[in-house]
Amino acid sequence: MLTLKCPFTGAMLDETELHCGGEAHRKRFGPGSSDEDFETYMFVRENRKGVHFELWLHAYGIGKWFIAARDTETLEVYGTYPAQTTEPPQDIKDAITAKRPGWSWREFE
Amino acid sequence: MKHYSAFAVAREALRYHTGWERAWRSPEPKKRYDVIIVGAGGHGLATAYYLGKNYGIQNVAIIEKGWLGGGNTGRNTTIIRSNYLQDPSAALYEKARGLYEDLSQELNYNIMFSPRGVMMLAQTQHEIRGYQRTAHANALQGVKTEWIEPERVKELVPIINIDGPRYPVLGALWQERGGTARHDAVAWGYARACSAMGMDIIQKCEVTGVRSENGRVVGVDTTKGAIDCEKLGIVVAGHSGQLAEMAGFRLPLESVALQALVSEPIKPCMDVVVMANTVHGYMSQSDKGEMVIGGGTDGFNNFTQRGSFHHIEETVRALVETFPMISRLKMLRQWGGIVDMTGDRSPILSTTPLGNCFINCGWGTGGFKAIPGSGWGMAQLMATGHSPLTEAFTMDRFKEGRFIDESVAAGVAH
Repeated sequence: MLTLKCPFTGAMLDETELHCGGEAHRKRFGPGSSDEDFETYMFVRENRKGVHFELWLHAYGIGKWFIAARDTETLEVYGTYPAQTTEPPQDIKDAITAKRPGWSWREFE
Repeated sequence: MKHYSAFAVAREALRYHTGWERAWRSPEPKKRYDVIIVGAGGHGLATAYYLGKNYGIQNVAIIEKGWLGGGNTGRNTTIIRSNYLQDPSAALYEKARGLYEDLSQELNYNIMFSPRGVMMLAQTQHEIRGYQRTAHANALQGVKTEWIEPERVKELVPIINIDGPRYPVLGALWQERGGTARHDAVAWGYARACSAMGMDIIQKCEVTGVRSENGRVVGVDTTKGAIDCEKLGIVVAGHSGQLAEMAGFRLPLESVALQALVSEPIKPCMDVVVMANTVHGYMSQSDKGEMVIGGGTDGFNNFTQRGSFHHIEETVRALVETFPMISRLKMLRQWGGIVDMTGDRSPILSTTPLGNCFINCGWGTGGFKAIPGSGWGMAQLMATGHSPLTEAFTMDRFKEGRFIDESVAAGVAH
């Protein structure tokens, strides 16, 4: 079972308290955008075997969204951070690089 | 290939079973093939089989990273049905169900197709309306299903509790010719038939790259060296994203774990397949007597073939309420498989941005039932460039907004 640390309160959260909100760091495209951009936003997913960023909601708790940096091949959690950001903090990037040198994710690495 | 028959069993019994030959060859790869299929699961092998049988394309290699039928083909709960709402889905799944009917005879391999009937319980008013609508749609599509009342449900499944406190059974969508089949045997039967046609099934050989020239595929790099090909079919389920990346395009897929479990064997008590989508569980009894149980997918991306325990708990909790007599059953085994889910919960059978490269993926939680139909359509697509079975399932339907929305129709597991 997945256990994630809440970046706001520091509490260790059980998967049953949480709701997964899917891939994080997606760039939003709305009306007026090209078909390609809208398709990418709505449907195309990174779906990496390895480093993965995803949104989680502390549904049965404080009700806040945060992002978990995980590894989909080993189920290791690299860290969690608040969702109000476009890139993970440097210490989480460093933790990922230590395990997965050369990783990248859409616009950052 | 020696023919399997009652006579062959008697003949071999007389000579201490020394005359059986291997069901398929395990050759080293040749330098070049007309068609390479990546993935020796049910869908990949069926594609190769119908390429050979329907189109005479027999210079084919099927390349498999692990072992034949060792992915989701060997991990599913073996349910076969075609009671889908949307026309393209119903056509594809009904084609598959129809082919299953005499597949054992065609392949000369007992796939143990058991059309015992599939029942999808309606446990809310919403589901009653949904399934009655599906039953009407199926009537127009030529798929034989019917809406049945709770009394008939109880008659068909005596062990069911139809007036549970939270989710009473209000009726069901019943497909009499749905059922189950032996999942491994489907892969083995197709593999044996492919091998007999001279196709090469190359196991323990991982594809590490896709080679292309001028926008067309020319071959693949593998752990057993480079192999040239005219056409390439990618049929790798959960790992489709990795292969697509090698081929230079991206897919609207996410890979998640789906778990299943079986109980200890008990005496025959339920001779139909029951699916309960509101409470999220489905169950059938295998020929050995084990109750085969499945539920919903885990909620997050995962490539480990392991799932979270609480999902099993939810499934079992729902089934215990529906079938009170299973509350003391011990569970023998639990396992997980990686399923590739699309946005509309329908598969992708499509040409790709790379010329002569085709993809068959996105079957999500319900690929086993479709194996023969998927192979039939995919072979037609690869051989002729067009198939009426697959034309609605192209990968650009997401860009064009032409969804085949079975997630709305099915709610969950399908």
